[in-house]
Amino acid sequence: MSIEVALRHRFADKTLDIRFTAPSPGVTALFGRSGAGKSTALMTIAGLLRPDACRIVIDGEVLADTAAGLWLAPERRRVGLVFQDARLFPHLSVAGNLRYGQRRAPPGAIGFDEVVDLLGIADLLGRRPHTLSGGERQRVAIGRALLSQPRLLLLDEPLSGLDGARKAEILPYLARLKAALRLPMLYVSHAPDEVLRLADTLVLIKDGHVVGTGPVAEVAARGDLPFARRNDAGALLLGHVMGHEAARGLTRIEGGGAVWLVPLLDRPVGATCRIRIPAREVILAAKVPEAISVQNIVPGTLRHIEAETARHSALVEIGLPDGTLLARVTPDAIARLGLSVGGPVLALVKSTAIEVL
Amino acid sequence: MFDAQDIEAIWLTLIVAGRAVGFALPLAVVAAWALARGRFAGHAMLNTLVHLPLVLPPVVTGWLLLIVFGIRGPIGSRLMEWFGMRLVFTTNGAALACAVMTFPVMVRAIRLSLEAVDPGLEAAARSLGAGWFDRMLTITMPLASPGILVGGIVGFATCLGEFGAVITFAASIPGETRTLPLAIYAALQEPGGEERAAALALVSLALALTGLLLSDWLARRLNRVLGR
Repeated sequence: MSIEVALRHRFADKTLDIRFTAPSPGVTALFGRSGAGKSTALMTIAGLLRPDACRIVIDGEVLADTAAGLWLAPERRRVGLVFQDARLFPHLSVAGNLRYGQRRAPPGAIGFDEVVDLLGIADLLGRRPHTLSGGERQRVAIGRALLSQPRLLLLDEPLSGLDGARKAEILPYLARLKAALRLPMLYVSHAPDEVLRLADTLVLIKDGHVVGTGPVAEVAARGDLPFARRNDAGALLLGHVMGHEAARGLTRIEGGGAVWLVPLLDRPVGATCRIRIPAREVILAAKVPEAISVQNIVPGTLRHIEAETARHSALVEIGLPDGTLLARVTPDAIARLGLSVGGPVLALVKSTAIEVL
Repeated sequence: MFDAQDIEAIWLTLIVAGRAVGFALPLAVVAAWALARGRFAGHAMLNTLVHLPLVLPPVVTGWLLLIVFGIRGPIGSRLMEWFGMRLVFTTNGAALACAVMTFPVMVRAIRLSLEAVDPGLEAAARSLGAGWFDRMLTITMPLASPGILVGGIVGFATCLGEFGAVITFAASIPGETRTLPLAIYAALQEPGGEERAAALALVSLALALTGLLLSDWLARRLNRVLGR
């Protein structure tokens, strides 16, 4: 099943033309700067904004098709929406807010107790929204949207109003929801860490157009796309825990078809995990160096060199058996090593530089 | 201190004000909603019409009511014909005059509170499956309730003091249309009626103060419930 979105709208100063297809279920992140058109796309899918032309299909169900004169009212779309500012009803308790959508929805698979438990809001049920912290409010808003038994959950930068600590408090809940509920989600964000942590599919939006779309690990490692050209560029590898070497204080993780040693983790063998390897932490070598502290020396194929003229560096894509690694080095280093596209290269990564998400 | 006639005047005042608010408040909510949210051709016209009694001399409002609701007036004659209902010189007529005079006060209070309701909350309710009427009933009106309540109470308190329009449209008939202000005026016309007028004026003052204090207290309580 899939989510098909196509919309066109002319604003006074810009034109949006966004079209993408995303798998369902799964988390699809719409990533781009503010003003790129991400939120407009989300509001169109929810039905709260009517563009010049659009076609929205979710799992075969057509919600809008302006060419055919079809436009379903938002209250009849069964699309859950979580706003940046929570928008809890101030005159209702937390339980009242949670039940608001549930009462108006057909009986569904998502139960009240399950949602309350998944989001850890059992202690808040009797409270009023204005007594909640920002993070608690957002958790209740997510629960409220889920209990309306949506066929699609839309999240409009749900964490952007929160500080770092609050963000870290909510991200695990979102990861749990993703694992527990087989629900398609569209997640609008301009924060790379949220995208890398949660998304399965990444849709890059720039100036009202989709500039790249695909599985998150692939799009994140494309040197020609804006996601990888950021200051803290890095590759994302999907993998799992292979085993622990307690004596050495190390854990072995398989990711992208290679084996990585990272500082000992408290995760069971076989558990899936995501690792991020920052491009500036990757050292390139033409042959295996001796007597060096680096734990990970991984062979790969040099696939592409993206020149970054403004910062006098280059972003190098290194093909692994089942993934891509990014390295940011100087053009001089590439020349000194005599590296060329298509040739072999060794990537050197310190264990402590690998971020396990 | 008060004779039967005074008690009657006080009681009548409360009845007239009660009927006026009961009749005008629902209409005021509709008018306020149209002015706060509606975008239609006659918006400015409606706004002017609603506020007209505020700037017209009350005696002119009373006279206009006579023309429209008098037994030969376009509406008055039909009310008589169809329902056998006469408004001129009756308690209901006094209530109508009060309702028209206090309408702008009510609309203003309700409109302010409607405009303060975050449309984002209505959008949220929409995405949760609530249709127009449902949203109105469960989100918009509860959130605007402090304004509606204050509008009602201030409207009621204002009705207690209506004079010009009431005496012009409904005259000053003891037991029918002679409300407190009219009774005070009548007492002042009689030789040696000052004492009586003063006693009635005190009642008037007490009722007005109670109304204002009550509205203030209720609004604060409701706002606390709404978490403001």
